[in-house]
Amino acid sequence: MSFKTPLGSVRGLGSAKSGSEHFWRQRLTSVANVPLVILFVIIVISSLGKGYGEVASLIGSPLVAIIFLALIISAVYHMYLGMQVIIEDYVHGEGVKIAAIIVNTFFSAVIGIAAVFAILKLSFGG
Amino acid sequence: MSSDLVTKLPLPEETLMAEPKSNIERPLSPHLQIYRPMLTMTMSIVHRMTGAALYFGTLLLVWWLVALATGPDYFAYVQNIAGSFIGRLVLFGYTWALVHHAIGGLRHLIWDTGRGFDLNAIEWFARANLVGSIVITVALWAIGYSVL
Repeated sequence: MSFKTPLGSVRGLGSAKSGSEHFWRQRLTSVANVPLVILFVIIVISSLGKGYGEVASLIGSPLVAIIFLALIISAVYHMYLGMQVIIEDYVHGEGVKIAAIIVNTFFSAVIGIAAVFAILKLSFGG
Repeated sequence: MSSDLVTKLPLPEETLMAEPKSNIERPLSPHLQIYRPMLTMTMSIVHRMTGAALYFGTLLLVWWLVALATGPDYFAYVQNIAGSFIGRLVLFGYTWALVHHAIGGLRHLIWDTGRGFDLNAIEWFARANLVGSIVITVALWAIGYSVL
């Protein structure tokens, strides 16, 4: 039995001070990933057997580039959140855990930046 | 008789000031290897494993995109690796991991609404996850080969 009001319980947002944001963003990106991955699979299959020029102009065309950018942002954020949970579940040493979380952040950021750069170059750079 | 008893009893301050005995073998909560493997539990573990695999699989997608942005020569080099037997094997596994994780994720989204927690439902989800992931993966590759 708690005498706290619902507002009082959520105000501190738990020990991580972020409330349910992590959980919510994991779900939000998962919902976004469903249609984006389906479109991604269709695009990849339609690119099969095509030459360099055709594939480059396909991925660089506005609609496909926008789909790819949305997928990369949603998927990379989703995998970043997921790997953080895996690290927090299995890495118990405080120092190693923080190091692993930093590596996860940097890896996800580099992956995301590289993909966004490549898509934008295909769209604008020719 | 009384002196023998006194020496064996701990002094009050010893019991109060006792060091935390971290080397004591305390009972642990049962871990994975204790339970009989079940399909629902296996699908749960596989969901996490495919998630971790896809984490590194994204590296392959980004490699492909960067190769495409780099130019025809480097793209041809990456396409050759992707088209090799090992490359196709990895990409087949990648496809299966993606489909399995997607179906498992949909199952989690249904659970998030508070539905599908009875034993029949979770067993059905687990089977649908396994069978569905294999069927869809094979179907996608069949479509892929028919396009090629």
